[in-house]
Amino acid sequence: MTIVGLTGDEAIAYAVKQSKVDIVAAYPITPQTIIVERFSKYVADGEVHTGYVCVESEHSALSASIGASLTGARVFTATASQGLALMHEMLYIASGLRCPIVMGVANRALSAPINIHGDHSDMMGSRDSGWVQIYAENAQEAYDWTLIAFKIAEDKDVQLPVAVNVDGFVISHCMEGVDVLEDGAVDKFLHERKPLFTVDPEKPITVGALCFTDYYFEFKRQQVEAMLNVPAVLDRVGKEYAGITGRNYSFLDTFGMEDAQAAIICLGSTAGTAREVARKLRAQGKKVGVVKLWLYRPFPTEEVSAALKHVKAVAVLDRAISFGAPYGALCSDVVSALHTVKESPKIFNVIYGLGGRDIQPSDIELVFNEALETAKTGVVKEKTMFLGVRE
Amino acid sequence: MTSNVNDKHGWKSLPMGAVLLDAGSSVKYKTGDWRAFKPIVDKEKCVNCLLCWIYCPDSAIIRREKWVDVNYDHCKGCGICATECPTKAIEMMEEQK
Repeated sequence: MTIVGLTGDEAIAYAVKQSKVDIVAAYPITPQTIIVERFSKYVADGEVHTGYVCVESEHSALSASIGASLTGARVFTATASQGLALMHEMLYIASGLRCPIVMGVANRALSAPINIHGDHSDMMGSRDSGWVQIYAENAQEAYDWTLIAFKIAEDKDVQLPVAVNVDGFVISHCMEGVDVLEDGAVDKFLHERKPLFTVDPEKPITVGALCFTDYYFEFKRQQVEAMLNVPAVLDRVGKEYAGITGRNYSFLDTFGMEDAQAAIICLGSTAGTAREVARKLRAQGKKVGVVKLWLYRPFPTEEVSAALKHVKAVAVLDRAISFGAPYGALCSDVVSALHTVKESPKIFNVIYGLGGRDIQPSDIELVFNEALETAKTGVVKEKTMFLGVRE
Repeated sequence: MTSNVNDKHGWKSLPMGAVLLDAGSSVKYKTGDWRAFKPIVDKEKCVNCLLCWIYCPDSAIIRREKWVDVNYDHCKGCGICATECPTKAIEMMEEQK
């Protein structure tokens, strides 16, 4: 066991270095910059033999990544916020051309007004882009998930790009002790990529050909199938990784859910705060629990339903707004997951932390108390609660 | 083109990601019916300079010994050949259907 002091960004860069990627094409943007900055140092110091492509924008970064991936290369890129927005068109091309690229996303608010701090607006705006989407809680998870992400992306039954999300600054810039694997152990876990087809002058193929009304639909259906294959692959890869590290990764993680009456479900770093508050409240005899979702796309509908259906009230924490929608994105998915459950728990949405607004244990305690009250009365007082916004 | 969509391959048997595994397949895709204007070559005026052959984006100019012909299965009727022709030997005529 080797413990190294790494920020979330550095932990991702370290995992990418051990993953022996062939190509990194990236453009700097806060709070992601340190991922590719640290990785470029590995390149400059000769610690890796990766081709590092400096590009003029994120649109180009992902375009170059797609081209490289089609040659059979293992490819990594990273971005955040406006950069992800600028990549938007290419996100769909990466998934549509079935490029198993792994991308680190240090989640950050979208303009306007301009803001550099953490929320999930960037990735939530791309949730239908056909990428597998994972949210890490801390630097350790960011490291672990990056290694796992390559193995899922490149599986023959998946062949899809994967985004590993870390909360901007809260994870990306905070240093923690990260338990890293030896290089040899990573080599044993993550083998060389075996592409199903490659762009090769000796045997020409065409990618990105025109596909009209007679074929387009079929290729979208193929992508649905690839997404449906992810849970089984994650299950297998997660178990293999647990065998090496002792750290178990799956679709979601639960705390106190065995007897909880009220629960919080959330993504990313907030889960840590929620667990700590739940621990305190449970010591006072309050039956609360936490569901942390690791895998957001594909959405683990059955597992979310199984985890939440026995509680009386659920507070769904969304760190992004879906303007004009019935709920935030995560809450809409949770409502969908539970709609076939006979006595479905009462659900309310909590929008929080936009533009990096800090979420304190006292904020979480307030949400738990609201959920406990809802569990007792069976009445949702406020369908959507804006936590910590000034009136 | 989409006259009987149910006769074509389903998603399970199509190559992943819409990849075409055989090169040069665009020749099978006849784009001639996109045409609104049809290039007509005047063999008397044609000096066989082949500028049209160079400029044609669809490789639809056919080289003959003393003049050029047009492959109407693939010509989309863009009119670049008529614009580039130095002897005005190509006229764009409206398609009558």
